Amino acid sequence: MQDGAPDKRVDVARALRDAGFTALLAFGLFLPLIGFQTVTGIRNDLVLTTRWPLLFAIVAIVGAGRLAYALVFEPWLKQRTLRRVQPPPSAWRALASKWFVPFAIGFVIAYPAIVVATAGFGGAVKWVDNFGIQILIYVMLGWGLNIVVGLAGLLDLGYVAFYAVGAYSYTLLAKTFGLAFWILLPLAGILSSFWGILLGFPVLRLRGDYLAIVTLAFGEIIRIIIINWVDLTNGYAGISGIPRPTFFGIPFNANEDGFAAVFGLEFTPLYRTIFLYYVILALALLTAFVTMRLRRLPVGRAWEALREDEIACRSLGINTTNTKLTAFAMGAMFAGFAGSFFAARQGFISPESFTFLESATILSIVVLGGMGSQIGVAIAAIAMIGGTEIMRELDFLKKIFGPTFDPTQYRMLLFGFAMVLIMIWRPRGLISTRDPSVFLKKRKTIAADLIKEGHG
Amino acid sequence: MEVFLQQLINGITLGSIYGLIAIGYTMVFGIIGMVNFAHGDVFMVSAFIALIAFLILTTWLGITSIALALFIVLIAAMLFTSLVNWVIERLAYRPLRGSFRLAPLISAIGMSIFLSNFVQVSQGPRNKSIPPMIQGEFVLFTRNDYAVTLSFKQLIIWGVTAALLLAFWYLVAKTRLGRAQRACEQDQKMAALVGVDVDRTISMTFVIAAALAAVAGTMYLMYYGVVSFSDGFVPGVKAFTAAVLGGIGSLPGAVIGGILIGLIETMWSAYFSIDYKDVAAFSVLAITLIFLPQGLFGRPDVEKV
Repeated sequence: MQDGAPDKRVDVARALRDAGFTALLAFGLFLPLIGFQTVTGIRNDLVLTTRWPLLFAIVAIVGAGRLAYALVFEPWLKQRTLRRVQPPPSAWRALASKWFVPFAIGFVIAYPAIVVATAGFGGAVKWVDNFGIQILIYVMLGWGLNIVVGLAGLLDLGYVAFYAVGAYSYTLLAKTFGLAFWILLPLAGILSSFWGILLGFPVLRLRGDYLAIVTLAFGEIIRIIIINWVDLTNGYAGISGIPRPTFFGIPFNANEDGFAAVFGLEFTPLYRTIFLYYVILALALLTAFVTMRLRRLPVGRAWEALREDEIACRSLGINTTNTKLTAFAMGAMFAGFAGSFFAARQGFISPESFTFLESATILSIVVLGGMGSQIGVAIAAIAMIGGTEIMRELDFLKKIFGPTFDPTQYRMLLFGFAMVLIMIWRPRGLISTRDPSVFLKKRKTIAADLIKEGHG
Repeated sequence: MEVFLQQLINGITLGSIYGLIAIGYTMVFGIIGMVNFAHGDVFMVSAFIALIAFLILTTWLGITSIALALFIVLIAAMLFTSLVNWVIERLAYRPLRGSFRLAPLISAIGMSIFLSNFVQVSQGPRNKSIPPMIQGEFVLFTRNDYAVTLSFKQLIIWGVTAALLLAFWYLVAKTRLGRAQRACEQDQKMAALVGVDVDRTISMTFVIAAALAAVAGTMYLMYYGVVSFSDGFVPGVKAFTAAVLGGIGSLPGAVIGGILIGLIETMWSAYFSIDYKDVAAFSVLAITLIFLPQGLFGRPDVEKV
């Protein structure tokens, strides 16, 4: 199709054939696991039931989807690629990109007030807690891991171990010695970064996928130790009654010396939630700020050089051992901060919160956002965590699919599916351009197709 | 001594299952250089397919001959799991071939999350257990009231694994497909130039990997009699450990690595602590990768500028 007019005809016969084939494939795929269901019978044995209507509905949807793709979407895609010309950089776009970050920061600062104004005091707790704090924890973890993966190019699949170290450090020190949150927060960060260095040492020689698998193994080892060291960590049962953070010594409770009473307000649990929201917001912004500054320091430049080409890095006299260890330590420190915040917010921790799935979630946020891009990581965290949280709110689906339908079941299913789809759509993540910290005359972003990474 | 012998038998059985999964990792890594993270979950899916096939045969069709039932279950699991893995490769990995290095890994992690949650949603989160298919055992010898036994189940697992490995070895070493596979492993572009259909060869690699994982899944179900949606991750990582220990890319290495991992795990459980048996396997993984990254039978990876 290099010369002449684009072929606008749609081959209906081919589309139908493809759709039929896809439907047949879907039938084969879903026959065992959707067509049949194993349920526990009366005598406690497994009994098979069939779900033919559901199976045929899914097969029909898949077939119809393939047909629609071939008839509508594919021609449209072809048209678009043929028509594609470089759009002139509009003034509006430049303005938007210039004001995006200040606007976003302003929005997250005003977020609790906006929520209280729209949802009222009663409804606001959920929105600030489940959406605000939950997403910000992942934004912070994503930014922390971004130092290791995005800047230094060290693929870490066991990041949650440092998060766990932070959470357990805070919990155990607070419960044993009665120290306050603000003293333990830096302490937890320091302990975590020690662990980062400790685990970083043996894996210095590894790179790429191998590094990922070994860090995964370390993460699992730490989790198994937490599960089995019952004397210290109470094992699976977890630790409850963790001291909550106070407002500079004033606790958030309904007592006379509580926050509400001191400031002459009516008691509601919302104050603590809003306070926690601002704490995690400050921590997350601190992470972003430190990362931004570090990128301009020699160590940050060494990280990025290491990511692009380790051999070149070494021949230029950069000490790769120290560079890698500082990256691990910095990343682990922020995970430790986030972990101690997590423990203080929940008041309860157990090994359940630190599974491999968490590591995978954080890594996918970093990669989906575009490695190294802080804005991309934040957007990915909002999309992935906010998206799965919003599944809890879709009660109207119960009206469509019947009262037994529980949308929360499908959260992780869709999460995994979304990971695959986003990777196919944008393999380098949402924001794939590079923003150089050193430039000759003018700062220019580097397009994704010009970036060729080493083996890091 | 008796405990040791018994654990040796148990370890080889467990190791055969790991070895069968490990071949899938090693083949896929060899040909497209990617850690197929979802492979452990493909194994779990195959165990579920085997479970359902077994229930259809015994409760609906009333087949009483266990040997026949087991044979049909094995074939069904291999067929359907191959289909699953073929589709996964087409949808999740092929579009990312030649793309950014991390993309296939993330896609595979997403697929792994998807598969385990798909099984959880479609089959329920509870453990699925079936009555023991095969009972009976040989008592090898008894000393101090401790009988060292070799159960029929274990014997079947050994036999099936050995037979399949032989068939598989023939496939890779002697057939046209095996030759194409080895050619793609060495140089895909060159293989394509001399007329090897690279896409098809890679697809077939995934199909074979899935078929072997399905054998492992069926054996796992028969051996333990219970399976749950979360059973893919840990055996998957252990099988990957086996592949690394044997030298990734090396097929005999994968099997021997699998048996070694099985032995390490059972011996560790018997002599040290059963709670920390996963730590043993993971530590072996870390130690191998750090001190012997090319594994026992692998070629050292030469780094070029």
